[in-house]
Amino acid sequence: MSPLLFLILVPLAAAAFVMAGANARLTALAGSALNLIFVLILLAFYRTGNGGGYQYVSSFPVVPDMGISFTLGADGLSLVMLLLCALVTLAAVAVARTPEKNPRWFYACLLFISAGGIGAFASIDLFFFYMFHELALIPTFLLIGIWGSGDRQAAAWKATIYLALGSFVLLLGLIGLYLIQPDGMRTFDLREIIGLADAGLLPEASWVYLLLLVGFGILVSLFPFHTWAPQAYASAPAPAAMLHAGVLKKFGLYGLIRIAVPVFPNAVLEFSNLLLVLLVGNILYVGYVTISQRKLDWMLGYSSVMHMGYIFLGFAALNTLSLTGASLMLFAHGLSIAALFALCGEIRERTGTLDFAELGGFAKPMPAFGLIFGFAAFAAIGLPGFVGFAGELLVFFGAFVGGDLLMGVSPEGKEIFQLNSYQVATICAVWGVVISAVYMLRAYRRIFFGPLNDRWAGLKEISGSARVAIVALIVVMLVTGFLPGLLIKLIESASI
Amino acid sequence: MTPSFPPEFCVLFLGIILLLADSFFPKLEKRTLAYSAIGWLAVFFAATFFFHPSPLWPAPNGFYETDSLALFFKRFALAATIFTLIAAVEYAPVVERAIPGSVPGAGLGEFYILPIFTCAGLMWMVSAADFVMIFCALELVTISFYIQVAYMRRSMPSLEAGTKYLILGALSTGFLVYGVAWIFGVTGQTSLPGISLVLGMVPLASHTALLFGLGLVLVALGFKVAAVPFQFWVPDVYQGAPTPVAAFLSVGSKAAGFVVLMRVIEPFLSLPVLEAKIVPALVFLAGLTLLYGNLAAMPQTNLKRLLGYSSIAHAGYLLVGVASVGDPGAGRAVVFYLLGYLLMTFLAFLVLVPVAKAAGGDDISHFNGLARRAPGLAFSMLVAMLSLAGLPFTVGFLGKFFIFVAAMHQQMYALVAIGVVTVACGFYYYLKVVRAMYWQPSPDDAPPVEVSPLARFAIAFLTALILILGVYPGSVLKFLP
Repeated sequence: MSPLLFLILVPLAAAAFVMAGANARLTALAGSALNLIFVLILLAFYRTGNGGGYQYVSSFPVVPDMGISFTLGADGLSLVMLLLCALVTLAAVAVARTPEKNPRWFYACLLFISAGGIGAFASIDLFFFYMFHELALIPTFLLIGIWGSGDRQAAAWKATIYLALGSFVLLLGLIGLYLIQPDGMRTFDLREIIGLADAGLLPEASWVYLLLLVGFGILVSLFPFHTWAPQAYASAPAPAAMLHAGVLKKFGLYGLIRIAVPVFPNAVLEFSNLLLVLLVGNILYVGYVTISQRKLDWMLGYSSVMHMGYIFLGFAALNTLSLTGASLMLFAHGLSIAALFALCGEIRERTGTLDFAELGGFAKPMPAFGLIFGFAAFAAIGLPGFVGFAGELLVFFGAFVGGDLLMGVSPEGKEIFQLNSYQVATICAVWGVVISAVYMLRAYRRIFFGPLNDRWAGLKEISGSARVAIVALIVVMLVTGFLPGLLIKLIESASI
Repeated sequence: MTPSFPPEFCVLFLGIILLLADSFFPKLEKRTLAYSAIGWLAVFFAATFFFHPSPLWPAPNGFYETDSLALFFKRFALAATIFTLIAAVEYAPVVERAIPGSVPGAGLGEFYILPIFTCAGLMWMVSAADFVMIFCALELVTISFYIQVAYMRRSMPSLEAGTKYLILGALSTGFLVYGVAWIFGVTGQTSLPGISLVLGMVPLASHTALLFGLGLVLVALGFKVAAVPFQFWVPDVYQGAPTPVAAFLSVGSKAAGFVVLMRVIEPFLSLPVLEAKIVPALVFLAGLTLLYGNLAAMPQTNLKRLLGYSSIAHAGYLLVGVASVGDPGAGRAVVFYLLGYLLMTFLAFLVLVPVAKAAGGDDISHFNGLARRAPGLAFSMLVAMLSLAGLPFTVGFLGKFFIFVAAMHQQMYALVAIGVVTVACGFYYYLKVVRAMYWQPSPDDAPPVEVSPLARFAIAFLTALILILGVYPGSVLKFLP
């Protein structure tokens, strides 16, 4: 029995206790804290020697004649994602304010989303990998629909239908991946599929890759399939936005890195130009849209869409450096967007509005809040010292220089500057960093500087569990930012 | 397993005994009839695991099939009837209000007994291997349904539904007989094994006649399984019929129709010339059914009507499975889908009956705030709706998954693309019910929802089964043919 099963069961059991009448907030906090401790223990006992690979593996056949089994296991990359999920869950529960109506459902929904994320990142079997992700769909629908703000009903409908469509396209891609395997050897076990691909037994079926790209792309809000995301995140209650933008949205990119890189490397290269155009759309088009936002929640929603572009760039460049950077960014962005959504929720809680025109001068009544927000904003931009910087740097290096040149030989200057499509995309991406600096700093200035409206004179400083949770997220980003080797060692041991 | 005579006889016998008991002991509590029927049907259900109709009985000439498919669907029919009766007991007060009677409970007896005869018909139908036998069994089912649909004599919608069902049922019977006549004219056979023997010898010139006959049979079966363009009776009949009858109609009649459909087309598909004509027709029907059922369900506000359209939509997914019949997994996919369909449809109807009884109507808005009034019922309905929509961890998802695997294996990409788009539509209209239950506030004067212990048990049982089979289908897959 894999200890990973325990990780999945803890939030589910906590949700059951909450529904059965236990103290909702305390139970949820205890469950997510327990999970974080377990992930840390698993990390401590993970052996990175001998190439690492999947550990804590257990398997239980479910439909044996179709090669479906409930197989859990984790390698370095999955453990990084599990750590992200446990951290963000704990932070989300900590910053959550118990709503007046139906507090039990609220916490149960949050715990369900967490269980879905953990299950997806801990599954080796693609069938269950897919199933666990879907576990979060309905809790998200309920969270936005019941406790959301703004035009919450429209946002909930749009996100749910979009995600359901995307996940069924993804399902077709997974079925395609299953059917192109030679008859009699078909399986959903990722390790065996990669084994088949390495043995040259999988035909180059680029249509399967395209289905996977579109399916995962919708789930990650790849341009032009991104329109569900900003609206949903703007309307969702802060903990739901933290969990969804911080953890669940990473599922799509994680899946692409996990499946497409080892199984369809040629197809990824074949369609790289298409993907580059789309991801530049994510970075530049959505980036400028983000600049023009007038409300903080919408701005953060768009910025979370925009940052997916960098990770896609790391994926598209398809070399060790860029993929490591992309994996690192999955972690970094998850933490930074979670911190920002938490702060955004705190502001909404205090003022009831997030319109930049009505805010201003908050640094005076709430200096600590301003400081924390500043750190979170800098982390999101990718300033040196934060883990996002390490990720972006690796992605840009990997994408600009290319895998072939980096390996072993140190390239000549003129060899590097050939201005191929990757390099053009990288240049756009670097400009994207400027864009994100513009909108983040603008937002910061509009909220925390300038004249203070009398309405906001009595604002309360950020305190209590919310303060602890957000500061903890920032500390993790700083520690891993100064010592990115901690994570890189883990990611390199993954079997990608 | 011990060989024995066909279990249909037991069911038929039970029906007659109860009918006699109802007329000779008018003072007998009608509910007793229902409970004894449920008990005996459960006994028969258990008995199918120990006794098996002997292959040599009643006639060795291909009238009666005793394969595992037949056995599985006999159990299916028994289970469906049991759930129908449980819902019928729950629904009885509504029926009593709608039929004139001097004594309380008058006329309720047949309401409990008629489904037993339908059950016997369904059980014959899934074993039928001869067109004559198919026709007889189908008529037993259909005629008993005519009465049940129009059972509430004072309710105009029920009468309207009964009339519509009668006229269209008679029409489809006509199609069936006419089609059988054409097939008989070409092959000289009415039994399906006989047809498959002589099919290879049919001259090419007669293929048109053969296909015409088969086309007519397909039209008749299209009425039974509610495939577009033969679906137009479905929404009105479902809305008007007593709720348990609508559930029985949508599960039992559809499942038996699909079994007959698979049996009938099987011999014809062995001939590649005919297969090249039949499969595109099925693909066309499936695509049309998927689109119509799902798109038309979206604007519905009445839950029974919505479930009617959803039943059309599910016929579409099942037809995708039937159209992929060349795939070795397709048959199992269809059977598994039907099993899941049984569970989730009955769960939805079983929740609908007490909620509608308490709220005084079966619109989606009558479910407003149910999660606060009756959290357990709301959760069961949530599971039913998510399973119908095809969300993972429910049996409905696995059904769709198996169907899509088979269809993609047969390279029916257009059909699969339509399927995916319509699944997204499905999420919309099934989640409308979830929204009503969880998002909307409860009306102030909403009365409490009362559920009898038996129905409560059935609801919990179905909910658990949907979730268990959604995670671990292996436990039931080995029972599938």
